[in-house]
Amino acid sequence: MELDLGFFVQQFLTGLATASTLFLLAVGLSLIFGALGIVNFAHGSFYMLGAYLLYWVARGDPEGLWWGMAVVVAIGLVLGALVERIFLRPVYPRPEHHQILLTYALLLVIEDGVKILFGSAYKSLGPPSALAMPVWILGAPFPAYYLVQILLAAAVAVLLWLFLKRTRVGLWIRAVTQDREMLEALGVPVPRLLTGVFALGIALAVLGGAATLPMQTVSPGVAVEAVISAFIVVVVGGLGSIWGSLLGAFLIGEIQAFGVMIWPEFSIAFVYLLMAVVLLVRPWGLLGRPPVVRT
Amino acid sequence: MLKAKGLSAGYGRIQVLHGVELELKKGEVVALLGRNGAGKSTLLKTLIGLLPARSGEVLLEDRPITELPAYRRAQLGIGYVPEERRIFPELSVRENLELAARPGGPWTIERVYELFPRLAEIEHRSGGYLSGGEQQMLTLARTLVTNPRLLLLDEPTEGLAPILVKAIAETVAELKAQGMPILLAEQNLAFTAGLADRGYVLETGEVRLKGPMRELVKDPRVKELLAL
Repeated sequence: MELDLGFFVQQFLTGLATASTLFLLAVGLSLIFGALGIVNFAHGSFYMLGAYLLYWVARGDPEGLWWGMAVVVAIGLVLGALVERIFLRPVYPRPEHHQILLTYALLLVIEDGVKILFGSAYKSLGPPSALAMPVWILGAPFPAYYLVQILLAAAVAVLLWLFLKRTRVGLWIRAVTQDREMLEALGVPVPRLLTGVFALGIALAVLGGAATLPMQTVSPGVAVEAVISAFIVVVVGGLGSIWGSLLGAFLIGEIQAFGVMIWPEFSIAFVYLLMAVVLLVRPWGLLGRPPVVRT
Repeated sequence: MLKAKGLSAGYGRIQVLHGVELELKKGEVVALLGRNGAGKSTLLKTLIGLLPARSGEVLLEDRPITELPAYRRAQLGIGYVPEERRIFPELSVRENLELAARPGGPWTIERVYELFPRLAEIEHRSGGYLSGGEQQMLTLARTLVTNPRLLLLDEPTEGLAPILVKAIAETVAELKAQGMPILLAEQNLAFTAGLADRGYVLETGEVRLKGPMRELVKDPRVKELLAL
């Protein structure tokens, strides 16, 4: 194998594009776990639903991508808020396994719902014409749409950071992960805050799924693949940490991109190897918090 | 101003409070005395709404608030200062105040910094790295910036060195001088003696004694109930 800079950069950017999708998917899972304490097994289902919704909203027209994504994100926000109010709110006081069963039920319902509405066949939507041609980077061709995905994820990361760090609601979200009861006793409308966090997490998953449609086909099976990937990202990065999701997504995206070069048949094994090492050395994830013993 | 009528509450199958009758009037400091486990903290949690009442009523200025969630009660002016202090450990001192601050009264972050100059010095320090005294100042300051109309103070002197107990007593006296009604849960009779106008003594979740503080401090039954 010849070490060629153009090829190296191409692989790196491909890894970044994968990482971008993983980040949008995992960051919501992490945010929801941090604030609500719920492990959302249906997270990948909302991601898959995002791709289907975009397919439906754009009506097969690749030029409908931009406004289509905006509509799909809006649907994701409303859907997330409704699911939290109707299904999740009653189970907060219940034992954890009830919550897991509930989100697992949502996974099944969404999967069958999608089959009823869209059928089991693969659906696809090409990139818009302006992005259909590859760009040439250091002599190597690179899909222009990947750059859009990378920019989108970078923009989401920056905006999310500003939101959490600079706004009052962001401050409340950081506080609610630490002590929900105390925050409520200080007059903060915690129930509405949790609805908002869940809606935001779902909207991000939906956006992540929709954003892959111009490059990848979607089928009902995408949901389970996606939620497994999301769990790997948060296990590596640390559940509950935004930066952990970013780092986990980056590492896994790049390991996949370069693993293919080293040992194509087993590139996925490198990802699980990384997860195993992290679980052995830092079970709470690279940027997660070790469990605190309360005094 | 704040009234408990026949209030009962508990955790799981254990009932802690049994029909508590209590009143906090405008401008007064009322001591809530009792040993560990007598139900003081449980009563305050039921008044703010962190624990649901099993029977009875909580009234704020004669309006029933028993069914309201804790955040609504806080917005209506009940300021709760927990015994465990419950500082958000990963937020800075200033962020702990900012998240709670609500306009509509005299208390701003700058104003509580005047009351506790130490907090201004450590405003960028993370909540997890504060001493017991600093935590106590911050938890009180954090509730004050919500501009409450009354305070529920749960054992503010617990675990503090005598010099800090004195500082907290001065602060409570200052708040009292400004007309803030305070329900002060304490085991420390001496601490409340100089501050409270009236007092209630709880035992196993029931009010055993009540009366003006000057009478309670002389009553031998109080010392017995507090196991002094």
